[in-house]
Amino acid sequence: MQVTSPVRPPLVTGGKTVSDVTQDISRHVENKPTKLWILAFTLSLITLGYGSYCLWMTWWDGIGMWGLNKTIGWAWDITNFVWWVGIGHAGTLISAILLLFRQKWRTSINRAAEAMTIFAVICAASFIIAHMGRPWLAYWALPLPNAFGSLWVNFNSPLVWDVFAISTYFTVSLVFWYIGLVPDFATIRERATGIRRVVYGALSLGWDGSAKSWQRYEAVSLVLAGCSTPLVLSVHTIVSMDFATSVIPGWHATIFPPYFVAGAIFSGFAMVLTLMLITRVVFKLEDYITVEHMESMNKIIVLTGSIVGIAYLSEFFIAWYSDVPYESYTFINRAFGDDYWWAYWSMMTCNVISPQLFWFRTVRRSIAWTFLLSIVVNIGMWFERFVIIATSLSRDFLPSSWAYFSPTLYDIGDYLFTFGLFFTLFLLFAKFFPVVNMAEVKSIIKSSSAKKDTK
Amino acid sequence: MSKGTNYIIGVFDDEDVLMDAVGTLRSSGVKIQEAYTPFPVHGLDDALGYKPSNLPIAAFLFGLTGTICALLLTIGTMGFDWPMDIGGKPFIPLPHFIPVTFELTILLASLGMVATFLIISNLKPWGYEPFMFDGRSTDDKFLLVVDLDKNKLDKDALTNLFKQTGASEVNSKIVENH
Repeated sequence: MQVTSPVRPPLVTGGKTVSDVTQDISRHVENKPTKLWILAFTLSLITLGYGSYCLWMTWWDGIGMWGLNKTIGWAWDITNFVWWVGIGHAGTLISAILLLFRQKWRTSINRAAEAMTIFAVICAASFIIAHMGRPWLAYWALPLPNAFGSLWVNFNSPLVWDVFAISTYFTVSLVFWYIGLVPDFATIRERATGIRRVVYGALSLGWDGSAKSWQRYEAVSLVLAGCSTPLVLSVHTIVSMDFATSVIPGWHATIFPPYFVAGAIFSGFAMVLTLMLITRVVFKLEDYITVEHMESMNKIIVLTGSIVGIAYLSEFFIAWYSDVPYESYTFINRAFGDDYWWAYWSMMTCNVISPQLFWFRTVRRSIAWTFLLSIVVNIGMWFERFVIIATSLSRDFLPSSWAYFSPTLYDIGDYLFTFGLFFTLFLLFAKFFPVVNMAEVKSIIKSSSAKKDTK
Repeated sequence: MSKGTNYIIGVFDDEDVLMDAVGTLRSSGVKIQEAYTPFPVHGLDDALGYKPSNLPIAAFLFGLTGTICALLLTIGTMGFDWPMDIGGKPFIPLPHFIPVTFELTILLASLGMVATFLIISNLKPWGYEPFMFDGRSTDDKFLLVVDLDKNKLDKDALTNLFKQTGASEVNSKIVENH
């Protein structure tokens, strides 16, 4: 009864039946972890352990442990924060915007991408908390009445908008992800016995798969997607306003919101590709996450990468065209100054030039090239944030204040902390949760699966 | 035996056969108790005669609550409770309040709708394991469940009807009344 479209290549290969989907995905949850998983998990825990020590020292002794100085008050902390938040944009984009656009290829990757989003936002939040210097006072950012001896928070400030944007984004993404997991937990519950049945039974919230429940589930998914779509765009818009509403040359730019959003999708998709290309091999999911998926994502990368490239050029043009000497100087200094030219040209190479290779179909469909470029893109996106933040601050209005930023071991250690945290959480997710949305993949099996010979 | 409710369960292997069966059964006057599927089958709710869900309306109302709360919070604190003169700018600059208002609207709409969904569908992590007519309905089988007492046809007639519509198995189950 399976039908293959003559125009579109199948989304699921290998002649999978609906039952095969259950088998293939549930197997990883039910089997003992593989040696590769244990090795990766151990490495993540070691990184997390070292990072935790560095983060603890940063909290104990204060952010003087970082390489900040009087001129450069934001450097790696905010760079890392924006980088992680940007990475955290792909998951909700894939599950919400691609759901609204009825892009069925999202079904194989949305679960893992959403998990990645949630973990990336946790990593980003750890820098927000750390950069406050006194993390135990983090609740001061909330609008609490002034019985605490302070005023209300200033709702004119983009930093307060950020608190609302990031926490809303995290909460809504988490809920969206969990609602999607519920039917799959029910599938695992029905296959399990003993303590696993109790645990997955609780996680499945007593889902029975009745038509009425599915009808409500679909209504919830659609409205959550509709809410998440503007939300995901708003988050990086507001993050960019942290810079754009200031009066620092190099930050004070109206182009920032769309430019940051495109950059976020760009880096998020690259991170999804990095993770999915590993996951599909480790968990033998080549039939579910195919070269077609990779190619679709690469097309989005070349689109958003080009938007980012045009934004860089527009910024440069406007810096000259505006005839503001400070603005022009900042940009000339970024690209050709003695201090940071290497960061600027790393950014240009990684973000503007390298993704253009995806115009070639062979590159787009090559796993090795895609894996390499997906990492290159995220290196480039880190440099983008570093260039924006550090170079703009390094040349103050007073030449006597000019400074250079050198990271300390604690800058590096705190960055490693987030890597350890991210991969620990992702590996735990990959082991104990279904990495592919079984229910959604089953719903496309008939229309988009490769033909099985026997049927 | 008389204590419980008698159910006839038609097991289907394919969603299109299921959809046709729903049409045939309903036009033969059979009252279908409920259908159970491993994934959302588009149009099944219409075929079963279910009214569209009101959850989007709930989401709108929760979202509206979020908007009002956010405006009360921002205007109340910045405009009335502790107005601050920031460079002579207005005390209530509405454009500056848009981000927080937007975020709280989305937050309340999402959380409110999901909470409503969980409550009306009786989804909760504690207390019970749901009654499953056939555990395979979370894997690859589609079930149509018919309450024998609420239908005029007897067991054999229903079984035949199910077979004719393409059910791969027809089972019966007696469920004790709670």
